[in-house]
Amino acid sequence: MAQPETVHGGIGQSIPRKEDARFIRGKGNYVDDVDLPGMLFLDLVRSPYAHAKITALRKEKALAVPGVLAVITGADLAAAKLAWMPTLMSDTQMVLPTDEVMFQGQEVAGVVATDRYAAADGVAAVEVDYDPLPVVVDPFKALEPGAPVLRGDKGKKDNHIWHWEVGDKAATEKALKESAVVIKERLYIPRIHVSSIETCGCVAQVDAMGKLTVWMTTQAPHAIRTVFALVSGLPENQIRIISPDIGGGFGGKVPVYPGYVIAVVAALTTGQPVKWVEDRTGNLTADSFARDYHIEAEMGATKDGKLTALRVKTLADHGYTDAAANPSKFPAGLFHIITGSYPFATAFVEVDAAYTNKPPGGIAYRCSFRVTEAAYTIERLVENMAHKLKIDPAEFRLKNFIPPEAFPFQSALGWTYDSGNYGGALKKAMAMIGYDELRKEQAEKRKRGELMGIGISSFTEIVGAGPAKQFDILGLKMFDSAEVRIHPTGKVIARLGTKSQGQGHETTYAQILAEELGISSDFISIEEGDTDTAPYGLGTYASRSTPTSGAAAAMAARKIRDKAAKIAAQMLEVSPDDIEWKDHKFQVKGVPDKSKTMAEVAFAAYTTPLEGMEAGLEAVDYYNPPNLTFPFGSYICAVDVDKETGQVKVRRFVAVDDCGVIINPTIVDGQIQGGLTMGFAPAMMEEIPYDADGNNRAGSFLEYLLPTAVETPKWETGKTTTPSPHHPFGAKGVGESATVGAPAAIVNAVLDALEPYGVTNIDIPLSAHKVWKAIHSKDAA
Amino acid sequence: MAVDVAETPQAPGPITTRTIQVTVNGVTHKSTVQNRMLLVSYLRERLRLTGTHIGCDTAHCGACTVLVDGIPVKSCNLLAVQVDGRKVQTVEGLASGGKLHPIQEGFHEEHGLQCGYCTPGMMLVSVALLAQNPNPTEDEIRRGISGNLCRCTGYVNIVKAIQHTAAKMQNPAKGGP
Amino acid sequence: MYPPNFEYYAPKTVQEAIGLLDQHQGEAKVLAGGQSLIGMMKLRLAQPAALIDINRIPDLAYIREEEAALVIGALTRTAELGRSEVVRARYPVLSDAAAEIADPTVRNWGTVGGNVSHGDPGNDLPACMMALGAEYRAEGPKGARTIPARQFYQDSFVTALRPNEVLTQVRIPRAGPGTGSAYSKMERKVGDFATAAVAVQLRVGKGGSIDLAGIGLTNVGPTAIYAAAASEFLMGKTGTDSDLKRAGELASDASRPFPDNRGPVEFKKDMVRVWTRRTIAHALARAKGGK
Repeated sequence: MAQPETVHGGIGQSIPRKEDARFIRGKGNYVDDVDLPGMLFLDLVRSPYAHAKITALRKEKALAVPGVLAVITGADLAAAKLAWMPTLMSDTQMVLPTDEVMFQGQEVAGVVATDRYAAADGVAAVEVDYDPLPVVVDPFKALEPGAPVLRGDKGKKDNHIWHWEVGDKAATEKALKESAVVIKERLYIPRIHVSSIETCGCVAQVDAMGKLTVWMTTQAPHAIRTVFALVSGLPENQIRIISPDIGGGFGGKVPVYPGYVIAVVAALTTGQPVKWVEDRTGNLTADSFARDYHIEAEMGATKDGKLTALRVKTLADHGYTDAAANPSKFPAGLFHIITGSYPFATAFVEVDAAYTNKPPGGIAYRCSFRVTEAAYTIERLVENMAHKLKIDPAEFRLKNFIPPEAFPFQSALGWTYDSGNYGGALKKAMAMIGYDELRKEQAEKRKRGELMGIGISSFTEIVGAGPAKQFDILGLKMFDSAEVRIHPTGKVIARLGTKSQGQGHETTYAQILAEELGISSDFISIEEGDTDTAPYGLGTYASRSTPTSGAAAAMAARKIRDKAAKIAAQMLEVSPDDIEWKDHKFQVKGVPDKSKTMAEVAFAAYTTPLEGMEAGLEAVDYYNPPNLTFPFGSYICAVDVDKETGQVKVRRFVAVDDCGVIINPTIVDGQIQGGLTMGFAPAMMEEIPYDADGNNRAGSFLEYLLPTAVETPKWETGKTTTPSPHHPFGAKGVGESATVGAPAAIVNAVLDALEPYGVTNIDIPLSAHKVWKAIHSKDAA
Repeated sequence: MAVDVAETPQAPGPITTRTIQVTVNGVTHKSTVQNRMLLVSYLRERLRLTGTHIGCDTAHCGACTVLVDGIPVKSCNLLAVQVDGRKVQTVEGLASGGKLHPIQEGFHEEHGLQCGYCTPGMMLVSVALLAQNPNPTEDEIRRGISGNLCRCTGYVNIVKAIQHTAAKMQNPAKGGP
Repeated sequence: MYPPNFEYYAPKTVQEAIGLLDQHQGEAKVLAGGQSLIGMMKLRLAQPAALIDINRIPDLAYIREEEAALVIGALTRTAELGRSEVVRARYPVLSDAAAEIADPTVRNWGTVGGNVSHGDPGNDLPACMMALGAEYRAEGPKGARTIPARQFYQDSFVTALRPNEVLTQVRIPRAGPGTGSAYSKMERKVGDFATAAVAVQLRVGKGGSIDLAGIGLTNVGPTAIYAAAASEFLMGKTGTDSDLKRAGELASDASRPFPDNRGPVEFKKDMVRVWTRRTIAHALARAKGGK
């Protein structure tokens, strides 16, 4: 059978990236590269206290510093009703405080100066008097009666934010009671921070006609524009958000940070452009953190190892306000994917959120809306159950997986998984790593008292938010968009409502369109991020771009193809019914040498009178996905543990991922390798700890530990391909899968190594001293 | 809104400056700078060479790496006055006569960059690494770039990019692997 | 992120540098590599009124083995120390340490003099210099004096160097045959300060017993610590497993670590015990001709 003709840069090809050209030359255009005439600089005074009353704030010395033009305080903003702003979860957040600071590192005042050195001098010269207040750091204590109430400003009498639950409480209770074996584990997933190498920032400018333009590190420019319009009262057509090149987002560049708002205020009041670029300390201490879930999970099984029920109770530490960037109906995100790759007959999940004296946030760090927390929980418990039942963990999973024929699969917590082949991925991973050989080696080493462990994680992801019925952010439905236009000479420009922060959209969207339109990806320009030109979208996070805008691109291309087919019919003088799209051309059915390319049709669209059609060749699509998509994978990790020091070395890590149809295999591998590293790092070394006074103990890279190329394992990746049945070309999305799946594999491996000591849990990060303690407290006993 | 805005900036206080002469990417500049001006600020703000990036406050991330007299240094941790009389090379100085440096081609061909923010520093440190060690092992490469943090790539393809470049620079006729 | 301003001088001679330090009466700091100092100034933890940049002074960067000593100029870059053949051959504790200080890029500019005189308990070279029995040459208005490394460190960021002195040279007794040395640094990642690090130099005499031993500890106290009891214990021993074990315990006893994100006190003290033992073993292997 003859191979269909491929188009250059079509789906499945590992073409090198188009956007590289500017980055390798150092010609990227990041926010801090924006330079406007008369531009001023904003720097922020931050609170050293986790909870305190501001009794005085004196600007005089700062205003006397050479180069300083203005000091903006909460009192200044309050006069214009801008001291508080809404969060994405309809809570309220301070832009600047008028009376009280609520976390260490909180923005207290803004200093505007002619250059950033003078701004730093100004910040050092602002004098603030604080009266420390009792600090609430432990979310459990926050919910005890008598705890200091943190949000009296909202009329609250306690620190409980919300309760959310899903599933069948009674049936789950019953099923657990009737289970032959029940295990229970308390897992704490601490705060971590995305720490993209570029911090957050913006340049705000108001032009002579009163139009506000903000260059901003944002993953969701349109949503930001609408929020700004609603909050400021400026007409939305007078606001332009430009998200230029972004140096890594990972969810940390979704929320609206006070610095952006203060910069806009400064631009409005000084009449000059104002740049704010936060330093790393500000970024680590105040911006959106991720995780901070205290999880109690119970899992039941029959005596021959069939999983029965799952019950999870979680306390979410949200900091002083709920500013998590979740879809509004899901305050705990998509946490209820927690039944994972297994067909639990019943499950029940409840989450309570508490206020504490910490920064707000929670959704970030490639979490897919809390899926990292969910996948970690289920894969840790499944592994523990396997060990408890003395069944090999791979065998245990293969025995329990949702089988391929069960898809679409309705989970006990309400999700309809589109497709999956969990056994296929796990078996491939086992073959790649040489699982049986590793187990043999482990047995030998155990005899000699050496600590070697093997851990598995077979996760199910849930991405592509989402169908309009269920998904919105602040009421904005979570469709996404693509607007595609073909020029007379057959070249293409497309704009989308998503926003790449390094994922390669300028290449991958071009590849989708190349495939759908039969035009070389070399001739397809992709633009995102300018709200004046791009169609409305909800942005890029939670691995949603390919499932939403990727689909929209395909659908827009197909609308174009429909019109183009009619034009081709006219050009070929046949009826439109006689035209088929074959080998990337419009062909007369049965007469293959009578055909027209898209380029020929495009030229005709502008130069030939068309019967019954307008000129031009373009389409826009706002794609409302019918469902989410469910990428999945199996990861296997082998570690060696130094018994004396607790140091862990990841010897091998095999990751088999299934993200459905792959647009660009090299780019997908890159996403996985980066994602694995962002799973490894929280498992091993990243954490933002707070002491009892609310002091952030990791406010710089001295203590917030990002792995270098030396610590990072040499990732080995493989694929299976199980297309999504509902996506226009079967793709699922992959950006966060590896971060979701990796941590459990690593922790499971380390605990497996420690099996002689009977340890069933160590909370991440697995620093040497924790592993050492687990070993030595058992040794001593 | 009532925000105190000074009408004009205050007259300069005891801000001390120095005139330096620095050759950057082959072009010699004579500039008067504040003593405290960091080299990275001089490059980005005074010379408008924005390819060198700032990623942290503590000289860990390496996004600001440039070559001073051929040696990689973290430009956020050096004063501009310290390079008086010296030669500095930034990412903008890698390509020559419109032709990309092999390291730039290597990073492109091996997908060694995603968001591009750490990339200039990574490429410059790699150039110096290969100058000292033209055929490094993978472990030598990983150690060599351990002063540069990347959040996007997981380093696998950065290593490949450097290996690709090493091979190409040793066998230019063969055009690399 | 941005330091306050300061006066800046780039003297061409040591005398000129001393004169400037003296003139500023404790308000000036020497700028060598600046890799620690500039970092502190950016965070405004150090705010010297003046920086005396000694990088223009010639003949301050060298590594030479003389008849009785290995002498290292204070401006020798750490990376240069790491590449030195003579150091690797006979003083490998310094090669080991040089490969572990900060990261490769910081090592290109940071100096030996800076690392030994900055006074941060996390600096790696002080423990090595203690193990090697090194001395520092300090030049001031009244002339030069030598200060033994084992007596140089008084408290965190407080050393015996006077505000108007410049440290110009490190002098290490020449390592004769039978000498072996090693440095082990346990760190959470490249670029971190040590969780615990140990420097050992010893010499095995003709009879097979140790006749010279020095053990230094990094980042397990307010300064680098010379583990005197552990060092003395090794004298006359042959280096059996039991000897190494006991030396490790004695070194651990000498340590005074503070708890931090790296771990609690008992953990760090145990790491001193383990890594002292392992490092002595490595030094011993090298003393007997190994790597």
